[in-house]
Amino acid sequence: MTRKQKRLAVIGGGMSFIVAAVLLVMFAFSNSVAYFYMPADLASNPVPPGTRIRLGGLVGEGSVVRGAGSTVRFAVTDASGDLVHVRFTGILPDLFREGQGVVTEGTFESGSDVFTADTVLAKHDEKYMPKDVADRLKQQGLWKDEQAAK
Amino acid sequence: MIIEIGHYALILALATAIIVSLVPLIGARRVDQAMMDVGPIGSVVLFALVAFSFGVLTYAHVVSDFSVKNVWENSHSLMPLIYKYSGVWGNHEGSMMLWLLILALFSALVAIFGRNLPETLKANVLSVQAWISVAFLLFILLTSNPFTRLDPAPAEGKDLNPILQDIGLAIHPPLLYLGYVGFSVCFSFAVAALIEGRIDAAWARWVRPWALAAWTFLTLGIAMGSYWAYYELGWGGWWFWDPVENASFMPWLAGTALLHSALVMEKREALKIWTVLLAILTFSLSLMGTFLVRSGVLTSVHAFASDPSRGVFILCILLLFIGGALSLFAFRAPRLTAGGLFAPISREGALVVNNLILTVACGTVLTGTLYPLVLETITGDKISVGPPFFNMTFGLLMAPLLVIVPFGPLLAWKRGDLLGALQRLYVVAALAFVAAVLFFYLQHGGPVMSVLGLAAGLFLVLGAVADLWYRAGVGKQPLGIAWRRLKGLPRSAFGTALAHAGLGISVLGIVAVSTFQTEHVLQMKQGEVTDAGGYTLRFDGMREATGPNFTEDRGHFTIARGGVDVADVWSAKRIYTAGQMPTTEAGILTFGPSQLYVSLGDPTDDGGIVVRIWWKPYILCIWGGALVMAFGGFVSLSDRRLRVGAPRRKAKPLQPVMEPAE
Repeated sequence: MTRKQKRLAVIGGGMSFIVAAVLLVMFAFSNSVAYFYMPADLASNPVPPGTRIRLGGLVGEGSVVRGAGSTVRFAVTDASGDLVHVRFTGILPDLFREGQGVVTEGTFESGSDVFTADTVLAKHDEKYMPKDVADRLKQQGLWKDEQAAK
Repeated sequence: MIIEIGHYALILALATAIIVSLVPLIGARRVDQAMMDVGPIGSVVLFALVAFSFGVLTYAHVVSDFSVKNVWENSHSLMPLIYKYSGVWGNHEGSMMLWLLILALFSALVAIFGRNLPETLKANVLSVQAWISVAFLLFILLTSNPFTRLDPAPAEGKDLNPILQDIGLAIHPPLLYLGYVGFSVCFSFAVAALIEGRIDAAWARWVRPWALAAWTFLTLGIAMGSYWAYYELGWGGWWFWDPVENASFMPWLAGTALLHSALVMEKREALKIWTVLLAILTFSLSLMGTFLVRSGVLTSVHAFASDPSRGVFILCILLLFIGGALSLFAFRAPRLTAGGLFAPISREGALVVNNLILTVACGTVLTGTLYPLVLETITGDKISVGPPFFNMTFGLLMAPLLVIVPFGPLLAWKRGDLLGALQRLYVVAALAFVAAVLFFYLQHGGPVMSVLGLAAGLFLVLGAVADLWYRAGVGKQPLGIAWRRLKGLPRSAFGTALAHAGLGISVLGIVAVSTFQTEHVLQMKQGEVTDAGGYTLRFDGMREATGPNFTEDRGHFTIARGGVDVADVWSAKRIYTAGQMPTTEAGILTFGPSQLYVSLGDPTDDGGIVVRIWWKPYILCIWGGALVMAFGGFVSLSDRRLRVGAPRRKAKPLQPVMEPAE
């Protein structure tokens, strides 16, 4: 190989690695990105079963039912009054409370309107409100200042 | 009064930083010795002033002076003393002070240890360091002043976030910042070289120790942060691909690439322009990490109270430094001459591949981290990019690197012999594979990818041993001579081997945990028994307990193996009295490199409690490997050749020692 060919081979190798990486990133994005929904969005625009989404809102007052096992049921609601039932098996974050903001991640199983969550996002402290939820609550006029100030 | 003196010292530090950012720079242009001398003296004075100011803030925290707003918001008189110290940086203002303190420390170290640097380069480097100091001093004084007073002073503080009340807070941030900010020195060297428009192999020689030191601390800082999150958050995970974790991981990837490309530049004068660019990018990623964490665009455990003006300010700093440095680079880089040529298959070639993979992998992490932010700004859609994305892209891209790492050190500079290296390594590769398959059968079952992952990990560890083995000529030389040759190898050779072996150990841990870990979530009542990882856990019941500033419900578990009690562990739910904030204190038991992790949930209606139990086989290898990597960094740093200020040894070329022993 001449020097020129060698250089071309090296540059070609590098470029093909980068192209492979870009394709991989695009493929991974199409597969593993979860969109954020609130109950009102789901009422007007339901997602097909099996699609992974993030569901955010407030934990409905009086909605938390702890079964005998480790499965917990609760409802996520927002200002529109729409309500989505959620089932979650596992340990809820320390700061999970009725009336507080929450973000869950999971899917709707086909033929069921209960959202099966595999993740309930933990709040790290009292000041923390999931940002996505806070933004939307502000839009809906449900944001209370003491929530922000707390 | 003392508080106001601390505040005043910070303002004096700003004045000093402004002087140091200008005078030595002008002095270097005019070749005026007196003006350039301002650099070292000014940098040391700057450090003294910042250190004094930091000391005052620490004093306020230790004596619980609640008239200082920062102390009132983040401290409590009942808090144990160690957390009063570490609580200094457990908040936004204090952590920026720590950032600044370490920045000033590095400037002072360059001033003190840089005696053998050319005068103009040193002056320029110190000036660039001072620019960064000016920016962050302004940021602290204008938007995040830790010395703001409250009048009247409250009687009691609001307490530190309970998650931060841990020894981890004393260790993790300082180590991480030593890494983050350490790369500022490389950045300053790069910018100084661009200002001078001249760069050579000696530049890489001066930069490498700083890059190595920063990399070593960053490795430790990330590992410590990961272990802290693992035991404190009670979720059993050790890496979440959280944007904040990525923010520290990206400089690490770029810094690793920088270490390797600086090696090529030092030895072969090649990759000059690329190395300079990497030095700029690495610190840019550190700055971006600071922006992401401190501006409040992300919510996470690291995002202390946020204020929009701070975000805008840091964004300006970010754009100024990254944009400025890259423009300077675009303007000046064509002037830098290209260096030595090399064949694709050679040590240089292997290091280029290393750089390619590391930077591309870093690019994918960057994409995954920023894409949701960009998308939300442009379209308003809110999305989350989770671990599956990163595992897929980053995992697949890094896999080839794991395979080629052991070949690198065995290839000769300039023109290597792949066949020769392959021959030397096939025994090792075969051994690694056999061991991995054996391991696989011992643990019964698991997907093929895990076998390959384990093989890659073992290949890295054994390859590192093989590297030293062949260099010493074990097998070819009598044992005595081989031993002497081994002892005669430069410390950097041991550093390389240790770092590569450490990477292998971490890979082993990661693959083993993700494949073989078991998780049970169940409801337990007093006296009930369950199995995990070959051990039997018996729940003995709950008890209430009180700590200095919290109350807790503790569950006691007895662990037995084969009917014999071997250990016991407490797992607790805590409530911190001042903020009425609950936390989970997981119970963790270590068996060799593996751990049993018990986390408590909520009580159930019929008198039981939800318990989550993980068996985490070989999990300690993850952090152990990072420790070995960092140890390799320190060993390499102690190499005489790299010792900053050591006399140059021109007479004795090092090249022959670095060649693989034939």
